[in-house]
Amino acid sequence: MIEVTEKIAIEHGLKKDEYKKICELLKRNPNITELGIFSAMWNEHCSYKSSKKHLKKLNTKGKKVIQGPGENAGVIDIGDEDAIVFKIESHNHPSFIEPYQGAATGVGGILRDVFTMGARPIANLNSIHFGSPANKKTKNLLRGVVQGIGGYGNCIGVPTIAGQTSFDESYNGNILVNAMTLGLVKKDKIFYSKAAGLNKPVIYVGSKTGRDGIHGASMASAKFDDKIEEKKPTVQVGDPFTEKLLLEACLELMKDDSIIAIQDMGAAGLTSSSVEMASKGKLGIELHLDKVPCREENMSPYEIMLSESQERMLIVLENGKEGKAKEIFDKWNLDFSVIGKTTNSKNIELYFNNNKVANIPIDLLAEHAPEYDRKWKKSKLPQKIKFKKKDFNKFKITEVLKKIISSPNVCSKEWIWEQYDHTVMGDTIQKPGGDAGVVRVHGSEKAVAASVDSSATYCYAHPLSGGKQIVCEAWRNLICVGAEPIAITNCLNFGNPEKPENMGEFVECVEGLNEASKYLNFPVVSGNVSFYNETKDKGIKPTPTIGGVGLIKNYKNMMTMDLKETGNIIIVLGKTEGHLEQSIFAKEILNEKKGPPPEINLFNEKNNGEAVLNLINDKLIQSVHDVSLGGIITGIAKMCIKGKKGIKFYKFKGFLDKFEYYFSEDQGRYIIEVKKDNLEKVKKILDKNSNHYDVIGEVIEDNISINDEPTLSVDKLTEFNKDWLNKYMVN
Amino acid sequence: MKSSVIIFPGSNCDRDMDVALNKFGFKNKMVWHNDNVIPKSDLVVLPGGFSYGDYLRCGSIAAKSNIINSVIEFANKGGLVIGICNGFQILIETGLVTGALLRNKYLKFICKNIFVKANKSHNKYFNKIKKDVLELHIAHNDGNYFCSEDDLKTMEDNDQIAVRYCDINGEISDNSNPNGSIQNIAGVFNKKKNILGMMPHPERVIDNCLSSNDGSYFFENLLSNMK
Repeated sequence: MIEVTEKIAIEHGLKKDEYKKICELLKRNPNITELGIFSAMWNEHCSYKSSKKHLKKLNTKGKKVIQGPGENAGVIDIGDEDAIVFKIESHNHPSFIEPYQGAATGVGGILRDVFTMGARPIANLNSIHFGSPANKKTKNLLRGVVQGIGGYGNCIGVPTIAGQTSFDESYNGNILVNAMTLGLVKKDKIFYSKAAGLNKPVIYVGSKTGRDGIHGASMASAKFDDKIEEKKPTVQVGDPFTEKLLLEACLELMKDDSIIAIQDMGAAGLTSSSVEMASKGKLGIELHLDKVPCREENMSPYEIMLSESQERMLIVLENGKEGKAKEIFDKWNLDFSVIGKTTNSKNIELYFNNNKVANIPIDLLAEHAPEYDRKWKKSKLPQKIKFKKKDFNKFKITEVLKKIISSPNVCSKEWIWEQYDHTVMGDTIQKPGGDAGVVRVHGSEKAVAASVDSSATYCYAHPLSGGKQIVCEAWRNLICVGAEPIAITNCLNFGNPEKPENMGEFVECVEGLNEASKYLNFPVVSGNVSFYNETKDKGIKPTPTIGGVGLIKNYKNMMTMDLKETGNIIIVLGKTEGHLEQSIFAKEILNEKKGPPPEINLFNEKNNGEAVLNLINDKLIQSVHDVSLGGIITGIAKMCIKGKKGIKFYKFKGFLDKFEYYFSEDQGRYIIEVKKDNLEKVKKILDKNSNHYDVIGEVIEDNISINDEPTLSVDKLTEFNKDWLNKYMVN
Repeated sequence: MKSSVIIFPGSNCDRDMDVALNKFGFKNKMVWHNDNVIPKSDLVVLPGGFSYGDYLRCGSIAAKSNIINSVIEFANKGGLVIGICNGFQILIETGLVTGALLRNKYLKFICKNIFVKANKSHNKYFNKIKKDVLELHIAHNDGNYFCSEDDLKTMEDNDQIAVRYCDINGEISDNSNPNGSIQNIAGVFNKKKNILGMMPHPERVIDNCLSSNDGSYFFENLLSNMK
């Protein structure tokens, strides 16, 4: 056996001090298997050692929260004994190295997190971020990731109902792939990962263990350099077919009460699943590794413990239920093996052919894992920019709109989501391309809405404001489809936590998102942190991704953003102040990248959002869309494209420059379509509620007409909107 | 009327089909691929999905499963058999219908609403549907229908082309062909027209709140013909 030295420990990604601490805690040197286990449990990905201190402050409680962070996924109450289980997770590093498998196994992993808790997955979402379109790697990475997400989700038969795609050169060497899943479960049939009881059989089910993905979790916590290709073997390979069988088999076994605890083998495989289950139950665990079904010959205990082969679960069963459970897994043609038992030793004890190969007190791996208070740097709010408004006159609004609507970050992503099965399960009532995806709760009147958002531009300019902004954006997107926002999950993608600038971005984004989450009563119930998103010492822009989930009590009240009827009136709810810094207009048209992001006023945010929701529930509006990238005009253009209708803007009033008015990205605003007959009623409600609003135009056929500008046909605009990505991917 | 939906490992539209059949008045039973006998049925459906992971070739392993012999027997006796999407691929692999389903022309999975024109003459599936153009839904990677010129001629002579992709006005052209299928073919019958294989999913479009409601006409028409 290899003798463990400090050098080997460092090769495992441990720091000198950490290795010293391991030897002190164990009161001896670890053997190689034990070192592997420590390195997996103590790395950033599993231990949250840099982020824990800050995550503790998150707002995680609420009346509808059944389970907050700390389990496989979060759980919320949606009434009538139904609950929704959901979580988002990153698979960034593997996807850059091997886009198809990296993305596919990202989807597979998050699906398992959800069905491990007893829920049938009902919807997938994803947030994917690529480098500049001009970067030579971008196109293949995009193609691979989209095919990987589709390849997995389509096969397992869970609809992909919404998503987000962005391009920014900061992702040139480190793309982001965040996958989210929602599942439906009865409140009294939720399964947890806390082991309980002594001498209970520990069962391994699913695929066989191979050598794939060994040290995947450590790789996820390493930065990239020129030798990235060498890391390919650490990427796992997914098999959605086996996952589908595993899903059905687990749900079948979950019908009665045979299972005490269940945990999927995700990052750090058998190591983290066994340690976490035992640790939560304050128990010991004994495993016989020769009983683990292996795909390859001569696998060592070290390899078996660190493999990240996919589609595997670890279960603690009630005594005497092994036979019945085996029958179910046999029916689905899956491996089933009793590999150990729970003990009162409070240690993890591993045997291989009757030799003890590892013995570690579990609290050393979990509670004693390092926790750092990293140095971090506060960001100043950048100075406002004095735009030369005279210069704007050289532009035409419609020409600028054409440019923005066909820009990579605003254009239609149909090329992507048409490759995802978004209708399987027969309950998708709002498909990708709207503000949020919506699925009916099967067999009921209820529907669940979900959205996924991030805005790295704002977060990079000022992390505190950016953090607030994304939570608000998620809240708005749910409101736009008529859903009451309930809770969020977050995927925090950042650079190197050992650098005070990057750590500062993390700390302040978290602070911002927490502030908004508290104010809006929109708690965080699950999430994941991905650090070290950097290549050759260059980090990504801070990219916290927020997945929001909301409830529509009667799906017939769902709202969409397509303009409905000629003659209806268009109102912008919320105040337009003309904030251009960090907007698409400033960046793409003026090439001005400095300045503060738009401010968030949480009072207005809440007041405006609730007003929209009430108007929807009172059936007083015909369509809604929030104002985001590209301002009012871009928002309305999208509503026109979706509804195949046009708009005539009323003569523009007010003190703002017209470019500020149409393209500014002030927050907390919604565009609503109201029938003429309802206009006075709606105005009265908004006045009474002190919502600022402007009546700005009316729905017409076919064209966008702005005062003295030439009209722009909606058909043309649609082409501009759709063409960019199609052409980019074909050429 | 009694129906049976076969579940293969990897099927994922079995529940959707069950929901649709029950909604329109069938008494449906789910049948496991490892069983040998189909319960007494008036209709057998092979649902969509990725039976056996689409390994080897889409539908090929399912075509050798335990249950498939009784499906073939049922079909040969004139029983009504529908294969949707992966079910169509399985029907082709069993030889119950003619042709092959290749990878889509642009090598991408396609999920979207499409329009089809159905063959309404002398078959129980589409005969009395009033609408000329149906808006259905496709979701597949391998739906590019192909057959030899001889087979195509024979099928055309026997009036076996069941559905063709078209545009909203019923025009059949390359522009309305989503996957490169020969002659825009989206589905075919066997010679006796008791077996229908098609790529579009009627079971996903059976309510106004879904992307279309035109699948309802399909199920209603079929049921009324069977009574």
